[in-house]
Amino acid sequence: MVDSIWRLGCAAHFILLVLLKSVPGFLRFRLITREIYYAGVLSLIIILVSGLFVGMVLGLQGYETLQKFGSESAVGTLVALSLVRELGPVIAALLFASRAGSAITAEIGLMKATEQLAAMGMMAVDPIARIVAPRFWGGVFSMPLLAAMFSVMGVFGGYLVTVVFIGVDEGSFWSQMQSSVDFRYDIVNGVIKSCFFGVVVTAIAVFEGFDAPPTAAGVSGATTRTVVTSSLAILGLDFVLTAFMFRGVS
Amino acid sequence: MQRTMMDFWVGLFVMVGIGALLFLGLKVGNLTEFQPEQSYVLVGNFENIGGLKVRAPVKSAGVVVGRVTDIQFSVKTYDAVVTMRMDTHYQFPKDTFASILTSGLLGEQYIGLLPGGDEEMLKDGEKIMKTNSAMVLEDMIGRFLFDKASEKKNSDPEI
Repeated sequence: MVDSIWRLGCAAHFILLVLLKSVPGFLRFRLITREIYYAGVLSLIIILVSGLFVGMVLGLQGYETLQKFGSESAVGTLVALSLVRELGPVIAALLFASRAGSAITAEIGLMKATEQLAAMGMMAVDPIARIVAPRFWGGVFSMPLLAAMFSVMGVFGGYLVTVVFIGVDEGSFWSQMQSSVDFRYDIVNGVIKSCFFGVVVTAIAVFEGFDAPPTAAGVSGATTRTVVTSSLAILGLDFVLTAFMFRGVS
Repeated sequence: MQRTMMDFWVGLFVMVGIGALLFLGLKVGNLTEFQPEQSYVLVGNFENIGGLKVRAPVKSAGVVVGRVTDIQFSVKTYDAVVTMRMDTHYQFPKDTFASILTSGLLGEQYIGLLPGGDEEMLKDGEKIMKTNSAMVLEDMIGRFLFDKASEKKNSDPEI
């Protein structure tokens, strides 16, 4: 218990340091580009494929239930709203935590275990500014884009199943979706959510990596902790954000 | 500044991401809707359109023959002016009856066309004269309750 309080304090201190020292990282934007490639571009496949299947399942299940009430054309609304508001940001963040977060932790942890970070310090290169900050910002930048792509693939999957395979009317699929999805209320709130998740996931990942015991077992434990902690943090934070954003004022 | 493959992929990633955001913002919209190559426009005035929306289907005998393209409120007649784009393959007589119907109990609303017997056909831009408003549930319940109440009043003296 006392130990976890210590760690929490260390994490807060560490993240503050990262934020303070990220100015040189912005000046050398190439470092961040490299991290966007590793965190964002390489996560594309898993994000797009899972988005497609999540949308297809939503379409199928939604049609199954809605057709009992003769309102199967509302399936577009169902798919779009659940993706844009909840599933897009949340599932994309969970996948991002396990795909990119764990990689960041393992990389930084292994650098620490092989004393590369200490060697940098010897050369008067600050490892937080050179190694940690670009990874942090690369992840923060990638997350909203990945979540948006997830939602788009999901909407496409729902369209594929309900309109192309089952034969729901195409015009009412889109028009009901468009008339019930509000730009400010639904889409912008979803993007804000994914920004929060991006900050939380990458913050946990870089801290766990930097804090990992410099052994093989320590690095593997830190990687596991990253995935577990960030998944819990995403789901908990999602509840809090939803409570703030959507209080039945539609 | 040397360029690497990585920069290309990151650029593509950012572009696709922004494209996805735009897609969400604009909601794909009217890319692939029912858009017959040859079409004509019909107009109808409705007292109450209920929940009719732009791009709702226009059906006759259950077959989609057109789409609602515009809904405006007219301050001259104080009713709703609904513009429909119809497929030229389907011509309707002048005395066609247009009514706003609901598919299913909670389903979407559409315009149903019931052809009349006139020899002359409706032309591009013409107005459908006979229209029937959407059924508003509250009005119907209200009328029903009113009828019930007056029924009771009439039958009271006999008891």
